[in-house]
Amino acid sequence: MAVTRQDRWLGPAMFAPALLYIAGLVGVPLVLAFLYSVGDVTVGSVGYHFVGLANFRSVLQNPAFRGALWHSFVFTIAAQLIVIVGANVLALALRNPFRGRGLVRFLTLLPWVAPISLGAIGWKWILDSIYSVVNWALVSLHLVKPFDTPMWLGEPSLAMISVILVHAWRMLPFSTVILLAGLTAIPRDIPEAAAVDGAGFWRTHFEITLPMMRPIISVALLFGIVFTFTDMTVVYILTRGGPYDSTHVVPSYAFFAGILGGSLAEGAAASIFLVPILVLVAWAMLRVAHRSEVV
Amino acid sequence: MSDSAGARGVRRGRLPPGVLRWAVVLVFSVLLAFPFLWMGITSFKQTTDLYNIKNNPFLFNLPPTLEHLKLLFNETLFLRWLLNTAGAGALVVLITLVLAVPAAYALARLTGRWGQRLGIGIFLTYLIPPTLLFIPMSRVVALLGLQDSLWSIIVVYPTFTLPFSIWLLMAFFKSIPRELEDAAMVDGLTRFGAFLRLVVPISLSGILTVVIFSFTLVTQEFVYALTFISSAKNQTVSVGVPIYLVRGDVYYWGSLMAACLISSLPVAVLYNVFLDRFIAGFTVGAVK
Repeated sequence: MAVTRQDRWLGPAMFAPALLYIAGLVGVPLVLAFLYSVGDVTVGSVGYHFVGLANFRSVLQNPAFRGALWHSFVFTIAAQLIVIVGANVLALALRNPFRGRGLVRFLTLLPWVAPISLGAIGWKWILDSIYSVVNWALVSLHLVKPFDTPMWLGEPSLAMISVILVHAWRMLPFSTVILLAGLTAIPRDIPEAAAVDGAGFWRTHFEITLPMMRPIISVALLFGIVFTFTDMTVVYILTRGGPYDSTHVVPSYAFFAGILGGSLAEGAAASIFLVPILVLVAWAMLRVAHRSEVV
Repeated sequence: MSDSAGARGVRRGRLPPGVLRWAVVLVFSVLLAFPFLWMGITSFKQTTDLYNIKNNPFLFNLPPTLEHLKLLFNETLFLRWLLNTAGAGALVVLITLVLAVPAAYALARLTGRWGQRLGIGIFLTYLIPPTLLFIPMSRVVALLGLQDSLWSIIVVYPTFTLPFSIWLLMAFFKSIPRELEDAAMVDGLTRFGAFLRLVVPISLSGILTVVIFSFTLVTQEFVYALTFISSAKNQTVSVGVPIYLVRGDVYYWGSLMAACLISSLPVAVLYNVFLDRFIAGFTVGAVK
């Protein structure tokens, strides 16, 4: 039965409430975010004056923000590199059924599934300055001297490494299950035919399986970039941006400036620096979706 | 690893294929699950055992204790946070269902090609992060008079549960054969009647997926709750535990780790059951 006259009204009536909700509570704040970034809003005042790019100029002049922008890229790229390699290896190992695969899947998924603020506080305890179990293990193996143990969250470069590793820990399960979905969708006879023709495991993997998985790897990567680049939870819990602003990222900087510091305009301007990345990712995602003919 | 490749490996005298796989699986399981194992061990250790750096931290050098759990449930707001999270989660799920189910049906069935476009547009709003919106959103929340109230997150959280839910349900509704509804409408039901009495009941598993997904998103959210809610008693678990179980600089590690484990495991179990459906939503059609 074709769509009737009555249906022509029913359709819009059925999706209008959801659309209005999203327009009101995502659209309006999104517009406000841009307006705040070019205005002079503070927590106390009600007035609004257009100040052009003054807020952007002032955040860019702040070395702490420039550091945060740099860290955002470093953390995202480093974490995603680890994640993509690790997820490929783990997905390959989990592809074929074996006894205990369900349990392994549950265990390896925990970092993604559990609330990240709680996972991060777990790491804060593991990396504690005095009672770190990692340091205990290093001392027992005589790799470091007692009383001269690494301060995982207290020393700038170690803190950066810790944040990257916790991000990678968090995103690895997500990428793994997405890649696993891609692997299982590859028709079995193609790699098998390659094996019959004499291609070894690695050759089959790099020349046949990986190219077929390109779209799915891009999807995992794109989500990974968004989730890591826009996250402030890991940094907020582990280091609060410290020591000496060495681990601040754009979102955590925006939170400290805009919410805790009360300078809404500066915080909003800082947040806007997330937008170019989001636009790029959205564009790339549309391309992937378009190629696989869902649009 | 395909079996034929494994067989070749054996013939060449390399490691048998299972060993490599188990090594990989073991290393990853330990690395990924370790913090949760550690939460478990920490939760039951006596305080003097925890804070003696000479003790092997992997062993119970003193008998296990329930003191951290007692402290957590009797002297902190943990139970209150659990209830807040469950309550807010239930209401967010309700709002999500009421708005997303009809919207997804309309976009899948009644609006043709531009419905699909709109669906993709809504999906893309899922990419807009709280860290971009939290500053103006805190103004909106204040305007609505909801600051420092659990209602602030109940109203705001559907902004991220809706896009993904609509997207998941659209795919689900499209997989239902049109003939079913056509037959029902020939039998005298209106389109909306067919939706309510036929499509919704046979879509219960898709709807359940959305329920679980939205609920887990609520338990995981951190930024909005931290921004809007300033009293400890109105918090959810994901902010209450890491922020308010710390007094000054004193971390009650035993209770803190117990709280993390207790809050994480149920969510993890639920999520695991529905995993494959969520993944189908994330792959954006890149997997057929």
